[in-house]
Amino acid sequence: MTLARRIIPCLDVDSGRVVKGIEFKGLRDMGDPQELARRYNREGADELVVLDIRASRDGRPTFLETIRRVARQLQIPLTAGGGIRELEDGRAVLRAGADKLTVNTAAVERPELLSELASQFGSQAVVLAMDVSRDGDSWRVFVRGGQQATGIDVLEWARQGVAHGAGEILLTSIDRDGTCSGFDCELTAAVARAVRVPVIASGGARTFQDFLDVFTAGAADAALAASIFHSETESIAGLKKYLAGHHVPVRQERAE
Amino acid sequence: MRITIVDYGAGNLPSVERALQSLGAETHRATAPEHLHAAERIVFPGVGHFSAAITGLHSANLFAPLRGASERGVPILGICVGLQALFASSEEAPGDVGLGLLPGQVKELPATVKLPHIGWNQVRRVGEGRLLNNLSGDSYFYFAHSYAATNEPGQTVAVCDHGTAFAAVIEDRNLSAVQFHPEKSGAAGARVLRNFLESTR
Repeated sequence: MTLARRIIPCLDVDSGRVVKGIEFKGLRDMGDPQELARRYNREGADELVVLDIRASRDGRPTFLETIRRVARQLQIPLTAGGGIRELEDGRAVLRAGADKLTVNTAAVERPELLSELASQFGSQAVVLAMDVSRDGDSWRVFVRGGQQATGIDVLEWARQGVAHGAGEILLTSIDRDGTCSGFDCELTAAVARAVRVPVIASGGARTFQDFLDVFTAGAADAALAASIFHSETESIAGLKKYLAGHHVPVRQERAE
Repeated sequence: MRITIVDYGAGNLPSVERALQSLGAETHRATAPEHLHAAERIVFPGVGHFSAAITGLHSANLFAPLRGASERGVPILGICVGLQALFASSEEAPGDVGLGLLPGQVKELPATVKLPHIGWNQVRRVGEGRLLNNLSGDSYFYFAHSYAATNEPGQTVAVCDHGTAFAAVIEDRNLSAVQFHPEKSGAAGARVLRNFLESTR
């Protein structure tokens, strides 16, 4: 009886469509969020993350509608984020059907946001998202979609975020995200050692071996990826079969 | 089949409702005492803090009616904090008095493991019950909690281990409860909900 390592596909959405990449230039349409959600639910994804990459006030109603449409397709947990700046933003996202929410820039600017969300909805609903980049022997936090350096040390911010009530950490390596050279296992292992909450590794996934590495050397509790699943380069069921074959505990969905 | 869902502001109500509807149940939301007086079977969803559940029940005037329904023998399924609230108290909110329908304790999981206990875990059967009918022993269910109940061996149908063994599935007379979220647990979770519906037919 073991807690399974989770595989989490991520939908980056903009104006109701799934797009590729986190930079706004040259966005490529990757499909309809509802259809992808239905497919991932069926294929055995353990959870789904939906991120509003533009996170603008004007785009809010469209994003909430996307959450509602996606939630209807799922029998698995849904995490949503992007543009959550205050308690009421979080409430709207949860009311639309998400089970958890992610906060990033707004939590750096005002860490109390984490405590407000946690005391209202419980720590299990609050995911601290961090975009980080290596800086010599350590890692630093970036905000505003990874565009702006803060100089904050990642391990320090992880500890603080958890103390404020975050129940999970979604850790994205900006360096690896761009290069698709595998997860930064050193980074995830360091954060997993620094905090007691589950750590979701993100950024850089390309091969099955990358996932195996991040669950073993990287000590990650979950791994997130976007484009390799959307394009059907790799199937989630295939990945889980591979991981199970390498003694990583995973849930393999089947008819019950 | 008619199901009444206790509506006191629990965040997972819509997904519980959707999951029951997809199994063919006719769902109704109980927002006032009379809705529980008329209920034939009740689902009591929950997520988050013990205190939020208890306070929510009181402000919706559903605390006493829910206890009353249980005393009349109406089948009730508690989910997550809905399981915990069936006990008299929880370490999470020592000042709050729970429904007190089950003997036992709700305590924080030990500090030796990652908390919250978030993700898919398996359960081990330790007693007789109907909720896990037609499910293989290695099925996974989705958990998201830091507190958990331990109760009488005769009432615990299955336990889960995370730092310590705790009640994952409870069945006692008309009361059923699961610490995991069946509405978020894929096909296995849907089977648990179907078993609840069928056991109350």
